[in-house]
Amino acid sequence: MPKLIVDGIEVEVENGATLLQACEEAGAEIPRFCYHERLSIAGNCRMCLVEVEKSPKPVASCAMPAADGMVVHTKTEQVKRAREGVMEFLLINHPLDCPICDQGGECDLQDQSMAYGVDGSRFHENKRAVEEKYMGPLVKTVMTRCIHCTRCIRFSQEVAGVPELGAIGRGEDMEITTYLEHALTSELSANVVDLCPVGALTFRPFAYTARPWELKKTESIDVMDAVGSNIRVDARGAEVMRILPRLNDDVNEEWISDKTRFVWDGLKTQRLDTPYVRENGRLRAATWDEAFAAIAERLKGVDGKRIAAIAGDLACAESMKALKDLYTSLGSPNIDCRQDGAKLDASHRGAYLFNSTIAGIDEADAILLVGTDPRKEAPIVNARILKRARAGGLKVGVVGPRADLTYEYDYIGAGPQSLKDLGSFGDVLKNASRPMIVVGQGALMRHDGAAVLAEALALAKSVGALLDEWNGFNVLHTAAARVAGLDLGLVPGEGGRDVEGILAGASNGEIEIVHLLGADEFDMNRLGKAFVIYQGTHGDAGAHRADVILPGAAYTEKNATWVNTEGRVQFGRRAIFAPGSAREDWTILRALSGVLGKPLPYDDLAAIRAAMVADAPHFAAGDAVEPVAGMPLLPAGELDAAPFETPVRDFYMTNPIARASAVMAECSAGRAAAARIQAAE
Amino acid sequence: MLEDKDRIFTNLYGLHDWRLAAARKRGDWDGTAAIVAKGRDWILDEMKKSGLRGRGGAGFPTGLKWSFMPKESDGRPHYLVVNADESEPGTCKDRDILRHDPQKLIEGCLIASFAMGAHACYIYVRGEFIREREQLQAAVDEAYEAGLLGANAAGSGWDFDLYVHHGAGAYICGEETALLESLEGKKGMPRLKPPFPANVGLYGAPTTVNNVESIAVAPTILRRGADWFAGLGRPNNTGTKLFCISGHVNKPCNVEEEMGIPLRELLERHAGGVRGGWDNLLAVIPGGSSVPLLPKAICDDVLMDFDSLKAVQSGLGTAAVIVMDKSTDVIKAIARLSAFYKHESCGQCTPCREGTGWMWRVMERLVSGEAEVESASRRNASARQGRRSRSCRNS
Repeated sequence: MPKLIVDGIEVEVENGATLLQACEEAGAEIPRFCYHERLSIAGNCRMCLVEVEKSPKPVASCAMPAADGMVVHTKTEQVKRAREGVMEFLLINHPLDCPICDQGGECDLQDQSMAYGVDGSRFHENKRAVEEKYMGPLVKTVMTRCIHCTRCIRFSQEVAGVPELGAIGRGEDMEITTYLEHALTSELSANVVDLCPVGALTFRPFAYTARPWELKKTESIDVMDAVGSNIRVDARGAEVMRILPRLNDDVNEEWISDKTRFVWDGLKTQRLDTPYVRENGRLRAATWDEAFAAIAERLKGVDGKRIAAIAGDLACAESMKALKDLYTSLGSPNIDCRQDGAKLDASHRGAYLFNSTIAGIDEADAILLVGTDPRKEAPIVNARILKRARAGGLKVGVVGPRADLTYEYDYIGAGPQSLKDLGSFGDVLKNASRPMIVVGQGALMRHDGAAVLAEALALAKSVGALLDEWNGFNVLHTAAARVAGLDLGLVPGEGGRDVEGILAGASNGEIEIVHLLGADEFDMNRLGKAFVIYQGTHGDAGAHRADVILPGAAYTEKNATWVNTEGRVQFGRRAIFAPGSAREDWTILRALSGVLGKPLPYDDLAAIRAAMVADAPHFAAGDAVEPVAGMPLLPAGELDAAPFETPVRDFYMTNPIARASAVMAECSAGRAAAARIQAAE
Repeated sequence: MLEDKDRIFTNLYGLHDWRLAAARKRGDWDGTAAIVAKGRDWILDEMKKSGLRGRGGAGFPTGLKWSFMPKESDGRPHYLVVNADESEPGTCKDRDILRHDPQKLIEGCLIASFAMGAHACYIYVRGEFIREREQLQAAVDEAYEAGLLGANAAGSGWDFDLYVHHGAGAYICGEETALLESLEGKKGMPRLKPPFPANVGLYGAPTTVNNVESIAVAPTILRRGADWFAGLGRPNNTGTKLFCISGHVNKPCNVEEEMGIPLRELLERHAGGVRGGWDNLLAVIPGGSSVPLLPKAICDDVLMDFDSLKAVQSGLGTAAVIVMDKSTDVIKAIARLSAFYKHESCGQCTPCREGTGWMWRVMERLVSGEAEVESASRRNASARQGRRSRSCRNS
């Protein structure tokens, strides 16, 4: 542990820490452009120069290991001059077009030139101009502004694992490009924009729409997958203008997927902003009273066994709690939150959580992926595995679809039979001290899903993945709502039907009324002649089939509780109000319950949250993972030989909001076209 | 003045056959196995005693550099990499070694590799050296055929493989870590130091990078003894050195001379003197374009070695002596060199990437007379700033 003196303050830092980290430890502010905590060190911008005694010239502090006895000065005249000099060099070829630059107001170069620059220019030559590079529909480039920090190159290699950015040319002719000028193919590609310290890479969908200082920033939680990425929603007036990542080392570090980031334009189109009632075969805009009356009319005298409710992938915990309570009070046991038909077992939390936690991946030394393509299902988790793989000493095995996961893996087999015979990878798991088994929804949403789950659990036990201090059994969810739904018991009650049973019942007339809480991901024709209540945000499949539409609030429009795949309870916050007469979902259900004469026992958010805590105490703990005690053994069953498939066929089109987004559609079309070209070649 | 008996490069001018048989007649590969038999410590010790300082420009003691390599392998192989990416403007000594005396280099590679525990050595040849590379490859092939390389190389009991690698012609690849990057197949850009190549070098293994001349003189030093080499030149600046004399002299040439020879004697004895006589001299760049130039007043009596030139705020560098007589527009000359550095900047660090282009443009304006007085001071400030904050030694 080296001890050194920074500006007269003695600090002790970890072995291997850099001088820059030591300076920060001592409270000294060090400007930088190329250095980033989560990327490798490049040491090329030279902005972080400090003076070290006995060193003849200033030292780039980001690249210099802190050594015992160093005496460092960060505020001397020499340091100031060095920084001014570097700043001057950076600015001579920078266009200084801040007034028309989208980075303006949140630009490192702008900020640091204010703090460390000089006020005039001595540069009388022409400035360099660089041609724009095409990087796809998400990342807009103005390469003349580039200061060659290479953060984007390092990100694409090290974090995204898709090395498609690089530098060509030399000296002042160096240019950052994708070489072939194709769209970036990583699901995390737009993080390069966050990393870009200048306006060279900006968000194409956000271009020229708003200035950062006019946006209202709300910290919230993402729902595009089950990771629960921490996000910041930037809104202006009634519109979400953009979504940015928020730091959470336990979940998404500081990355978010492109879908998380750019889905916001989907929040503005295809919205359900008023209730609808179907009359004479056509949907007609109606008032809330009319919609509730239509439902009450239809429900009158119907036996609870003939009523069903399905919660979709984007339903918040509060709305699912209200849905469950309402339909239980109506006597219906037919309630399910697993619209994809995954055979998840709600009886024990350990059987449906990502027990190792996402941060736990950093400790794993062997990972078996079963029926999952994490790159599409949870890009953030995949990046975490890549990070672990790059650190060395990790073995990954795959049972299921063969996909480009950005890291190397042993391919074991396509279907569940391979779980019984892992070959040499079985020994890898047995010999690992921190083995992980990750079961995807692709392995569970089959008719033998329960057997696969039981087999995977048994495997985890047999390879020693279930220890007191380490739980290596993991279920990777794809739906943001799923874990909360299972926690709150949105599974068929005594004698109740699951999704498959509900749909079968609806087809043959045994189920008369179906309430869809944002559930769109199945074939609506299977609902037969049932009376369908669709409560949700977008005019997607469910709304088209509905007899009554109740417009709800999207995830950016309500204070809501989300539980991610790890079982982490997180609270999303309202950034804007829902459009038109749309309302927060649990209040709709509360109002409906009143009309039906079965009022739910909570009238405000605190009360419904208290009711949730009464059901499942872990809801009281925000942003924490409650470890599960003991693991269940499930009854073994017959395994089918059919290969596993990932449920995410099109990464950009997984939910109603994404399907309403023009940006996501462009990404999807671009990816499909690229795949066709690749296939043709 | 160096006597003929003390010359190391006896075929510097290609007057004799460069092939193996002829090289052996000139003394190469004589008793190589016996030198190796004396052991690693003896070789390191002898090299240190000889006082040989690296001939690539920095002048770091070669024996000391060799001794930085781990004594025992930790499982990783060791590598010797020979820097034949000779691209410092004015320098053309390694080129003649590759062309006319390749066996000296090859023998040196074996001995140096043995001294550092390396079983493999790479010679990284500058991209523009096409014939030189072919000649070197032919010499390596000959040495393999004669059993001087490969398993039990030269009967020394040391297994040794030598590979010739051809660069793509970038000045920056003469910087040792950029050279290693290029050798690994990546874009030639300097690495961060530490870690130094002796710990983490080529393919992450301990590596020493040496200049061609440093390696090529090693066998002769070990054969004739460190005392002989140390007896030449001045203390701390021992031995002989290849000087590349170009510019406004009557007979530009490469010549091997004793370190510490007066500049004036070097030019007058070997290069036929300055064009138009000594009084017509304007300035000399004594060590390749990266070192500051010397005005005539200093040239009159300066000695050509590391310490003397350092004392006059210049450097011996690669000993590429560029002579300029009074017909030279020195501003134009510096502008030309600025253009070179702008062209060859790798673009990694801000000061060099942005500064070299700026400097060149200001210089061009100075040349055409369009600059104000302050431009000159601006150019100086820019250069100083660049030097202060660079990451490689090349700007």
